[in-house]
Amino acid sequence: MVNTTPETSQVMSAADIERALTRIAHEIVETHRGVEDLVILGIPRRGVPLAKRLGEKLARIDSAFDPAAALGALDITMYRDDLRAHSARTPEPTEVPARGVDGATVVLVDDVLYSGRTVRAALDALSGIGRPEAVRLAVLVDRGHRQLPIRADHVGKNIPTSRDERVSVRLHGIDEVPPEDESVIITRGPAGGTA
Amino acid sequence: MSLKHLLSTADLSYADALAILDTAEEMDAVSQREVKKLPTLRGRTVVNLFYEDSTRTRVSFEAAAKRLSADVVNFSAKGSSVSKGESLKDTVQTLGAMGADAIVIRHSASGAAAQLAASDWTEAAVVNAGDGTHEHPTQALLDALTLRRGWSAAHGSNPRGADLTGMKVLIVGDILHSRVARSNIWLLNTLGAQVSLVAPATLLPVGIDSWPVTVYYSLDEALAAAPDAVMMLRIQAERMGGAYFPNSAEYTRRWGLTDERLAVVEQLRLGNTDSQVLILHPGPMNRGVEISAAAADSALSRITEQVSHGVSVRMAVLHLLLTGAKA
Repeated sequence: MVNTTPETSQVMSAADIERALTRIAHEIVETHRGVEDLVILGIPRRGVPLAKRLGEKLARIDSAFDPAAALGALDITMYRDDLRAHSARTPEPTEVPARGVDGATVVLVDDVLYSGRTVRAALDALSGIGRPEAVRLAVLVDRGHRQLPIRADHVGKNIPTSRDERVSVRLHGIDEVPPEDESVIITRGPAGGTA
Repeated sequence: MSLKHLLSTADLSYADALAILDTAEEMDAVSQREVKKLPTLRGRTVVNLFYEDSTRTRVSFEAAAKRLSADVVNFSAKGSSVSKGESLKDTVQTLGAMGADAIVIRHSASGAAAQLAASDWTEAAVVNAGDGTHEHPTQALLDALTLRRGWSAAHGSNPRGADLTGMKVLIVGDILHSRVARSNIWLLNTLGAQVSLVAPATLLPVGIDSWPVTVYYSLDEALAAAPDAVMMLRIQAERMGGAYFPNSAEYTRRWGLTDERLAVVEQLRLGNTDSQVLILHPGPMNRGVEISAAAADSALSRITEQVSHGVSVRMAVLHLLLTGAKA
């Protein structure tokens, strides 16, 4: 795949994303030693389809994993620390599996790990729902520049970036791309990024 | 949301109305959780400034603000310096000096909230919780949330992002004095519903022809037009200085939702679905006057649901008004 414009470059293709998710799914099973009491929660918006795909892969690795009973979404809008400065977007649904999160190992799934503030908010949101045994973090891309003491347990790809670059994850179902054109793109410019 | 204040549903754009309703859906989900609290408005102060008696609206706003972790100051005119003659301006400036971020105001004068918002007395966001016979926007929003839930459930669709296109809503009772009716008419119209009114001719305002509604004078006739929801209004004894109708028995006979009429309503169906229609009432009810006990407690009634939706909608409104940098 060639760069579309001089300022942007593709760092992951659809196949790269697929392989990274497959590896993360295996890592999760390995770290957790199975799939019992495992709950996968995607952080809207792009964490949700990623969590769903991780769930499908987990079910393929271990048939004891039931996506319908262990997959969910965790919205963090109300827990952000910048609500005074920025208008909140309309919250997305939070969907917790029927078993709840008490005593479970919860894997939070997001597309890009950057400042760590989203994850901090997610940890707060999670404590409003219950008390998991452990919380882990899986991200497709870790671009560095953490502002909080937070790290990911499972990373699809580490991408060193500068602060004035923007990392865009383009997923089928959220962005207008067909499945085969999914990608992670870096845009250089003073615009900076929020992701 | 683009608004700084919530004064009237006539100011609400389609996008703002949907943003409030969709946010309220998520707030409603929080109310089902074990920990019914969000940190969103931590350190902010919400003042409930009530110049008129209203327990349910005040309690609902208070619960909403507390679930968002805001500090709540309740101010009621009774037993305060207002009874010593303090003006609205002085009261508001005093409260503003205490650091109010939002003022929820209920006042017997139409336009009180708008005057407060237009003044430079306070920087706070103003939420109209009922001004005279003008508007009561959060009541209309909670009614819309309730209607949208019922409409979506009957059609097996997701309420999020949906409007009320095609829904026929009948509002029954004292339209003349009802701020609930006015707020509902503008909001339901924005959301695409068809609104009809039925009332004694004495309880309809002058100039009703210019409103986007169909008017009936007989409840039986209005029910024959097969509405999808019937919203009963309270007969407001405190506003009944004049003789608008002979007596309450006469009112019940012609415009009340009696047991006989309930039987008619039970035969109606929601749109093209097999579901039954919805009965709403903003409360407090005069059982046996505008609504029979059987109707209020029937399976069609959404009255208790309206109360819980009230908290969710007010959470959404406070959240949207108090977050984000607004000039």
